[in-house]
Amino acid sequence: MTASSMPLIQTIDLVKSFGKTKALDGVSTEIHNGEVVVVVGPSGSGKSTFLRCLNLLEVPTSGQVLFEGIDITEPDVDINLHRQKMGMVFQHFNLFPHMTVLKNLTLPPIKLLGKTPEEAEAKAMSLLERVGLADRGSSYPSQLSGGQKQRIAITRALCMDPGVMLFDEPTSALDPEMVGEVLDVMKDLASNDMTMVVVTHEMGFAREVGTRVLFMDEGKILEENTPAEFFDNPQHRRAKEFLSKVL
Amino acid sequence: MVVYCTVLLDYWDRISSSIYLNFIKDDRWKYLFTGLGITLQIAFFAVLLGIVIGIVVASVRSTYDLNDKRGPLLRFFNSICKTYLTVIRGTPVLLQLLIIYFVIFASVRIDKVLTASIAFGINSGAYVAEIFRSGILSVDRGQFEAGRSLGFNYVQTMWYFILPQAFKNILPALGNEFIVLIKETSIAGYIGMHDLTKGADIIRSQTYDPFPPLLAAGLMYLILVVGLTAAFNHLERRLRSNDR
Repeated sequence: MTASSMPLIQTIDLVKSFGKTKALDGVSTEIHNGEVVVVVGPSGSGKSTFLRCLNLLEVPTSGQVLFEGIDITEPDVDINLHRQKMGMVFQHFNLFPHMTVLKNLTLPPIKLLGKTPEEAEAKAMSLLERVGLADRGSSYPSQLSGGQKQRIAITRALCMDPGVMLFDEPTSALDPEMVGEVLDVMKDLASNDMTMVVVTHEMGFAREVGTRVLFMDEGKILEENTPAEFFDNPQHRRAKEFLSKVL
Repeated sequence: MVVYCTVLLDYWDRISSSIYLNFIKDDRWKYLFTGLGITLQIAFFAVLLGIVIGIVVASVRSTYDLNDKRGPLLRFFNSICKTYLTVIRGTPVLLQLLIIYFVIFASVRIDKVLTASIAFGINSGAYVAEIFRSGILSVDRGQFEAGRSLGFNYVQTMWYFILPQAFKNILPALGNEFIVLIKETSIAGYIGMHDLTKGADIIRSQTYDPFPPLLAAGLMYLILVVGLTAAFNHLERRLRSNDR
């Protein structure tokens, strides 16, 4: 396998059990540099669990996760170093409420990457500019709207210069009128060749921005295709059922 | 008119002679202030010890609660902590004080203030530990995941994100525990210590006039507690104003 064709992330037969229920039941896939992989499926299908296994927020019961060719499920791997390169955006934003927006953005690069406060602040400000929130640096998270919070959360992940961004239903907790502003930021990222894995219910986004769609149900990937093929010509019976309900 | 004046004068006469008898004669006020000093010393060192024990026990218990992977060492320490909590919270503090004084330190006579501080500190530690743990658990799990997903390790995540929020949440309960602790030290007289309550009791036994010394001791406890409450309220307001 040459370096250029090596996948950024590769999962091999991932299984995650919670008690008796199997949230993931043997998921194997690859995510390559520059891809925007959209994971869709009914609720309870294991798509969030799959995403959370990629940076080991959820420790798989069995199977492997290879990030940049290294099996990060090995116990002697320093998972913290790898997580620094995997930005994550949560459904409920999870900004740190006791810190200003600027502190939220600059603390991780200062403490983890050893950047000076000036460097971190300059980077944070330019990213804030890009998401249209340059005037919000001194605000506290509780003073922001949901859409603004999520844009800040995306910015916080970007401040670490990640190689891949993981999105866990980033628009599901938002009022409908705020979904657009968050999706715009994500589209902007995708158009700048950011590798992204997105769990979402936004089928419009999946079709427009995704380079590949993973359809999951009952802990398995049932269908894997280009968005155009998946949405216009779904193969699997479950995928057809799902699409008939959500489209 | 004249009758009223006589009654008032008579009343004042009785009060002033009672004050003289209980507090001024033979420098009896010193019993109260020596006692206050002892009470403050015990309470202060007991609070310190309680916080140290509380942090250690709460760390073990929270780490156990928050991690899926639990090594044998963690499980061992967690069960020790749970036993400690059960025994200390399940038995009266007076009994614990007596056991520590008469049994554990029976052969080695160390300073009584130290003995009492250890007893009250070990007791308070159990309650403080559970207060700390409830504070850590009160912080949304998403905060923990956000910290870890950025690449912070467990300790860093606790330090930068969880503990500052937890501390704010537990301040009222912690203030409450310190108030209880100050007043609980009043049983130190059982091991022959001259604390504030004992001081008042000594005066009573000399003057056979119980109300003035006991009232005075009560007022002194009250002032301590009101002062401590004000300090905690101030701290709470300052921390709240940092974020809305």
